[in-house]
Amino acid sequence: MKRKKEPIWIARELSKCSGCRKCEIACSLYHENRVWPTASRITVFMLVPGLEFPHFCAQCEDYPCVSSCPTNALSVSKQTGAVLVDNKACIACGKCIDACPGRIPHMHPKEKHIVICDLCNGNPQCVKACREGNWNVLKTVPRREMAYKLYARKPDETTRDLSTKIYGEIGEEYL
Amino acid sequence: MIPGYAGKYLEVNLTNGKIHETKFDDEVLRDYVGGRGLTAKILWDRLGHKWEKVDPLGPENLLLLLTGPLTGYFPGGRTCVSGKSPQSNGTVGSTLSSEFGVELRCAGYDGIIVTGQSEKPVYLFIKDSDVELRNAENVWGKNGKHTVAALTHECRDLLKARYPRFGEWKEPSILYVGPAGENKVRTAVVSAKWAHAAGYGGYGAVMGSKRLKAVVARGTGPLPEAADIKKVKRLINTVCINVYKNEMWRRWGTGSAGYEVGAKTSSEPVRNWQEEWHDEKSFGVDKFENRLWMKQYWGDFGCPTTCLKLSCVKDGKYKGAITDNPDYEMQAYLGPNLGIFTPEENVFLVSLLDDLGLCGIQTGNVMGFAAELYQRRVLTCNDLDGLELKWGATEAFAALAEKIAHREGIGDTLAEGTYRAALKIGKTKKKNLLPYAVQSKGISIGAHGTRSGKDYPEIISYACSVQGGDHTSTAGLPLDGGGSELMEIFNDSGVYCSFNSFGIPRNTRFEFYEAVTGIKLTRKEWVRTKALKILQLQRAMLLLGGPDLKWTPGTHDDNPPRFYEPLPSGPYKGKTTDKQGVEEYKKRYYKAVGWDRNGIPKTETLKSLGLEDVDKTLEKIR
Repeated sequence: MKRKKEPIWIARELSKCSGCRKCEIACSLYHENRVWPTASRITVFMLVPGLEFPHFCAQCEDYPCVSSCPTNALSVSKQTGAVLVDNKACIACGKCIDACPGRIPHMHPKEKHIVICDLCNGNPQCVKACREGNWNVLKTVPRREMAYKLYARKPDETTRDLSTKIYGEIGEEYL
Repeated sequence: MIPGYAGKYLEVNLTNGKIHETKFDDEVLRDYVGGRGLTAKILWDRLGHKWEKVDPLGPENLLLLLTGPLTGYFPGGRTCVSGKSPQSNGTVGSTLSSEFGVELRCAGYDGIIVTGQSEKPVYLFIKDSDVELRNAENVWGKNGKHTVAALTHECRDLLKARYPRFGEWKEPSILYVGPAGENKVRTAVVSAKWAHAAGYGGYGAVMGSKRLKAVVARGTGPLPEAADIKKVKRLINTVCINVYKNEMWRRWGTGSAGYEVGAKTSSEPVRNWQEEWHDEKSFGVDKFENRLWMKQYWGDFGCPTTCLKLSCVKDGKYKGAITDNPDYEMQAYLGPNLGIFTPEENVFLVSLLDDLGLCGIQTGNVMGFAAELYQRRVLTCNDLDGLELKWGATEAFAALAEKIAHREGIGDTLAEGTYRAALKIGKTKKKNLLPYAVQSKGISIGAHGTRSGKDYPEIISYACSVQGGDHTSTAGLPLDGGGSELMEIFNDSGVYCSFNSFGIPRNTRFEFYEAVTGIKLTRKEWVRTKALKILQLQRAMLLLGGPDLKWTPGTHDDNPPRFYEPLPSGPYKGKTTDKQGVEEYKKRYYKAVGWDRNGIPKTETLKSLGLEDVDKTLEKIR
């Protein structure tokens, strides 16, 4: 019997990120059939060396990006809980970027549409890559009632937090 | 156009500020691949005819920053830095890990050729095809970590302002020099991130001499299209699966060796190689791991090993020091080689040298050399500007490193590197100091000795390498074996990390090359034609040398004198490098690579490789 798909979430332990960017490679190979970091739906930021972390959709409970879209190009997958982009309907206006508390969506570098994590239809390739190598920054878990929105933070803010954790007050100098 | 290449190279003339794109014929790329191979070809074609006269630190020299077709595809991408070396006066294909090569290729370029010399400090900014030289006066003089912080801010703001609709910009990748490069110190590196460096060759000094503080790249395109992406995916997997099984490199990087190479193989520099053995368990990797590592895995683009780790001293006297594990070479050269056996002190010195833009190997070597001269009372406290350079005196070594980076006092002499410093101090002191200089052809030897015979280098590894003391490019037979320089040339020309190639099936790297470029290449063909050709070019330029020093193979194709002294301690006490054996091995090696008995490439060798012009130029040294 085929198991019924249920909404998932990618749990993340950011401070363990090695910065290897294998998640970006896996993501772009899956979605673009190319090694194409800037087209990846997950981006590893390294605003300060040593403070690398993956930045990607947190699937907020209220999906502010979806409601901000003037052309209804964004929708929520009932199966996985992911935000789906209708590339043809998207006018690349960037309203969803401003609506996202973490400014996570970004433009496709060559085509005129936004790029948002689609959870690879329930089998996220980034998680696979991260776990294969035992970094275990990412983990697929069932979606429950959680304040997932907290994980939609701007890169500069996450960098600051990780700096506090990893470098303590020493890190202030390099932020 | 060959798949896997962006097909374009940037040429930047710093004298007149002009930037243009340049290309190489497919035939050239087939023969020289990229990275180290192509740098040798470019340098020979442009400077070969006047090689002896080219000042490595003058405007005539080139600074080459090249990727290869495998950069970004083969797990663990690197960038190859080259030019005429201010250390050997030959060439070194010096590679460093970082995101730079990938950013550059995604921007549409396989490499950068920098010529001339700028009047004012500048940095090169690349965003895809938008390329410009920008004022670097506000970062000139800044140390490594502050340079990275300032340029990351400035360039990210620039990206935001110019492309506001994109979303949040990931930071660009930066190659830069620290104060040592700016001051043309011959042991200066080209750096990336905080602890990544292309050290061998001294190209930080070349970049500094051109007043090029940094190159900043952000490419938004895909990697150049591979011939067979399906096969590439499969091969990435093959390489990664092999690496994942290797817990040693993954868990400890090369950091376990700071203790082990001393205690077990007894081939670690201890007090300027007076010994090669120590059993100081205080210097064990577990101490680094448990006390200092903030990350167990830290790495660069696509790397399955992530060997770097991340060390940070959070309190005490050395608070604020941050670097990588440190890797073995840094542990050894800025640890036992200076009589230091405390992880925190080692991390402090490595972090300081990162910041100053100094090579830990070359500078650790020259500081060890100075400390031995102090021990032997050749150099006095007065000669050393008041420093008491005792073994283990971390603060004194830190002060000396600052002097070297800024060329102050005794630092100005030591900034010339071990070989030149030995000649200079020897002249003033009227003593032959070369017995204490542990180097080959101007390049200090990596932290793996040959005396115990238990480590990987062979007795001619350094003596016959075209890159002198470079422990990542050692000479040996058979030519197609793991200890051969010709196989390293492949890694450095494809431009990826050799550590991810350890233990993969013999032909995987060539299959990888074929999957990316569509060009079939066998190991045999590589060794007998292409690699051999690159080796001859490097050898020719090394022997032509100049303007300040030249090498005679009879004298200089040799180990440093210290390697012929018996080991004074440890499990291999009394063992030494067999001088007679070296001479015999050298003869066999010369024959195998087609050099005459004087070590000069033979006419027939060069002609069979299509290098007639090299043959003609070498007439003057035959």
